[in-house]
Amino acid sequence: MHWIDFTSPHSVREAVELLNDANGSARVLAGGTDLLVQLRGGRFDDVNLVVDGKNIPELNEITYDPEGGLTLGAAVPCYRIYGNAAISRAYPGLIDSASLIGGTQIQGRASFGGNLCNSTPSGDSIPAMIAHSAVANIEGPDGHRHVAVEDFCTGPGSNVLGRGEMLVSISFPAPTSGFGANYMRFIPRNEMDIAVAGAGTSVVLDGDTIKSARVALAAVAPTPLYVSAIGDAIAGKPANDDTLAEAGQMAKDAATPITDMRGTIEYRKHLCDVLTRRSLQIAIDRAKENA
Amino acid sequence: MTTTTDYERNMILSSQEYNVVGTRPIRHDGADKVTGRALYGADFDTAGLLHGKVLRSPHAHANIVSIDTSAAEALPGVMAVVTFADFPQVSDGTVDFGEEITTVHDLQSNILARHKVLYKGHAVAAVAATNAHIAEEAVKLIDVEYETLPSVMTVQDAMVDGAPILHESMRTNELGATVDDKPSNVAQHFQHVKGDIDAGFGEADVIVEREFNTVTVHQGYIEPHAASAFWNTDGRLHIWCSTQGAFPARDATAEVLRLPVSQVRVTPMEIGGGFGGKIPVYLEPVAAMLSKKSGRAVKLVMSRADVFEASGPTCGSNMKVKIGAKHDGTITAMQSYLAFEAGAYAGSPVGAGAQCVFAAYDVENAVIDGYDVVVNKPKTAAYRAPGAPNAAFACEQAVDELAIKLGMDPIDLRLKNASVEGTRRPDGTVFPRIGCVEVLEAMKNHPHYSAPLGENQGRGVAIGYWFNVGFESAVNIAVNADGTITLVEGSTDIGGSRASIAMQAAEVLGIPAESVRPSVVDTDSVGFTAVTGGSRTTYATGWAAYDAAMDVKQKMIERAATIWDVDVDSIEMENGVLQSASDPELNMSFSDLAAQMGGTGGPIVGTASRNAGGMGVGGGSFAGNIVDVEVDPATGKTEVARFTVVQDAGKAIHPSYVEGQMQGGSVQGIGWALNEEYYMTDDGTMANSTLLDYRMPTSLDLPMIDTVIVEVPSDHPFGVRGVGEANIVPPTPAIANAIHSATNIRMERLPMSPVAIMEETWKQS
Repeated sequence: MHWIDFTSPHSVREAVELLNDANGSARVLAGGTDLLVQLRGGRFDDVNLVVDGKNIPELNEITYDPEGGLTLGAAVPCYRIYGNAAISRAYPGLIDSASLIGGTQIQGRASFGGNLCNSTPSGDSIPAMIAHSAVANIEGPDGHRHVAVEDFCTGPGSNVLGRGEMLVSISFPAPTSGFGANYMRFIPRNEMDIAVAGAGTSVVLDGDTIKSARVALAAVAPTPLYVSAIGDAIAGKPANDDTLAEAGQMAKDAATPITDMRGTIEYRKHLCDVLTRRSLQIAIDRAKENA
Repeated sequence: MTTTTDYERNMILSSQEYNVVGTRPIRHDGADKVTGRALYGADFDTAGLLHGKVLRSPHAHANIVSIDTSAAEALPGVMAVVTFADFPQVSDGTVDFGEEITTVHDLQSNILARHKVLYKGHAVAAVAATNAHIAEEAVKLIDVEYETLPSVMTVQDAMVDGAPILHESMRTNELGATVDDKPSNVAQHFQHVKGDIDAGFGEADVIVEREFNTVTVHQGYIEPHAASAFWNTDGRLHIWCSTQGAFPARDATAEVLRLPVSQVRVTPMEIGGGFGGKIPVYLEPVAAMLSKKSGRAVKLVMSRADVFEASGPTCGSNMKVKIGAKHDGTITAMQSYLAFEAGAYAGSPVGAGAQCVFAAYDVENAVIDGYDVVVNKPKTAAYRAPGAPNAAFACEQAVDELAIKLGMDPIDLRLKNASVEGTRRPDGTVFPRIGCVEVLEAMKNHPHYSAPLGENQGRGVAIGYWFNVGFESAVNIAVNADGTITLVEGSTDIGGSRASIAMQAAEVLGIPAESVRPSVVDTDSVGFTAVTGGSRTTYATGWAAYDAAMDVKQKMIERAATIWDVDVDSIEMENGVLQSASDPELNMSFSDLAAQMGGTGGPIVGTASRNAGGMGVGGGSFAGNIVDVEVDPATGKTEVARFTVVQDAGKAIHPSYVEGQMQGGSVQGIGWALNEEYYMTDDGTMANSTLLDYRMPTSLDLPMIDTVIVEVPSDHPFGVRGVGEANIVPPTPAIANAIHSATNIRMERLPMSPVAIMEETWKQS
């Protein structure tokens, strides 16, 4: 029988040592909503150690101040994110994601950090984090480093974490005035489903002009896809339907989805257009409220 | 967005008034179920219980070259391993499950593959071990050598010349005879003919003709199959399982193991949903054989993937429908071609589909061709009105299109051609009294039918039919000294049938429903009772309960006559009071007499058994839908905005459970219409064998389902018609018609998922 050890360290340093010694045969447990299902399903036959992150203080803290921004511990569950009024106001895209992942019970356990480390193209929190210019704070045997969230995932289920490295937290800059963001996904049902496609967007408005914008897509490429060209193209343009149409078309062109049980290539590319336009419109509306 | 409507209890009642029938008492099994104390299939436990695991085929179609179980047998903790070689040669007979009949050969080789696997998930071997983890490890050690064969997944592909053949011995039964001695995947082609079809189309001013396709869908019961068995040293086999019929499960298991039925005892556990899928046996004989070899009790439980891949879903189908009518709306001819997937062994629900396809229409000229086709998918099982929803998806869309072409209201068109008492269906059955017209009229009069629609919304209607099956039921009643009764029955309770059966006995005896203690018992403890299926239980077992209560009533009258020393004929029992006609002083309540039983002649018991007939007794039930949908033109996503179901219940014994059946069937129909499908890869694997990706609707995907109960009584003493199934028939076409109304797109395939609707939109533009 396949035995798996469980350990619950109390510091990042201790966890890093355990991970380094395990040399790839360990997994970090946050909420477990992906990991436990994957272990039970026999996906990781090489895993023989689970390192629990819930007793490590840095992984479970939320720090926020309106000047310095937000840092979310990697194991902070969704409900603590949307349950925080200050974060709700400042980071609307994160709230969209936190409140649509799974159902209420899942949101009590599932974390953005876990979602990022699971690194599936359909991870619902990742485009929203990219839209909010998030940075992953990584600790390893050689010290710490910081990686932009859009550069974190390297393929379906793979990421930049090397031997002994773990994600400790995710930092978000403080939004400026005129900032708005949104995450929107498409699923055939209304809840409890995996995104066929998703779009996380943010804008900074100056009056009716888009000063800057960020658009990231879910489930339409081997990784969550940050389409920086959209921000470059629509910066300086009016926040109107023509601009949104241009953004939508660019998202459609940038997507490289596959056909599977959740959708076809053609349909997913079409959704990138629809979702990018709809999501940007909400981000713009929120930005106007925030002006 | 989904809009919820106010829920109106809406009944069109029969005039007869009752004390208990038609009320809504708390169900007798309610406390156990809401507190989690009820014991379901997988809850079974006993000392020394072993845990089993089934090894399943990774291939959709392959010859089994060899099976080597030695490594598994050598693993510590493994107590038994079985393959088909452990099972006896079986008879050439058939097993009648009530809603479906299969040969013993097919049943046995579906339970454990004999020489050949016919679908991915087909059971090949099984292990019993001291715990589930060892069993899981052990099946991986079984070495099966396969010779893979090309597979075939749809009726169209299976029917062409040169298609991969599943069964070398299968010959097509062509209109009752074998005309071509050539292996075929078509088990049967039959035809129903009424009138002169060419003349009928000749008379028509307008003709519509379309082809439709549907894919495999599953019942989606929440409880996976589970069976435990103990084969005692005295040769008697005891089985505990989640089943819709303890007696059919007993008989099937006995046939597969070549045992007399008296050697097998089946104890039905509580059942967490079945919808037809828990009529066949899968695990029971395997657990039994593992128990025989190990000498210990053995439990087998399916995973969700096992349930999807290796139980009995309902069929995909290819259908053509052609309908002709005069300008005034008189339908002159109806023709259909129905080719249904049977799965790996013969026996699709095409027969019932053909009986139901035009059941709502009194048409003079009709031809129906049915084809039963084997494909490399799990053997289909019954699923709520099996075959009828497929057929209705085709027929009711064609009728909708006909109404549009004629410029007629779609309900008026149906009313003009509606089946009535005396209508002869194309399959030859003549309807007794039925409620087709009453259901259509209730739909037309419902405020939903004339409510305004919003932007991107459309409205559709459809009607559907399903039988009321009769078959055998037995009930025993014993009177308790405290004035209550115990009622012993053999119908497993899926949808509140303990309550609806108990209420019928209570009505006869003039006692409250709460004074009846109903028990569902094992096969050693009551007379043969057929499956809980075919919309038969409240009708047939309820009728047996009525008869058993009448038996008790007669015996109580006789006992009172003895006590009072008066003539039996002079005593009447009404509303629970015994009254002598000759002496007004001589009266006593049910409880008074019950308290005196012991000293006045002993316990009073009643018993009854009944064979309530075959398919279609009592006329069956019609159900209709009015559905509003809102389709997002940019994504193709359909929201069901409002949904009304109207159904003929004959007489609603417990209206809440009638409404529950109507709502449940509607919800399954909505899931079937919009998202549910077996998504098959090219190699015959179901890619979405999880509840995450199979996409049944959740409560967040549904509006409140408004119900209207129509009561047109049947031949049953209270007028009951079985209501379990007809309600799943109209949703797929009603939703398709609503989508057409919203988008002008005629969906010729299921599911009508967002991607499917966008693909059809792109085709149009």
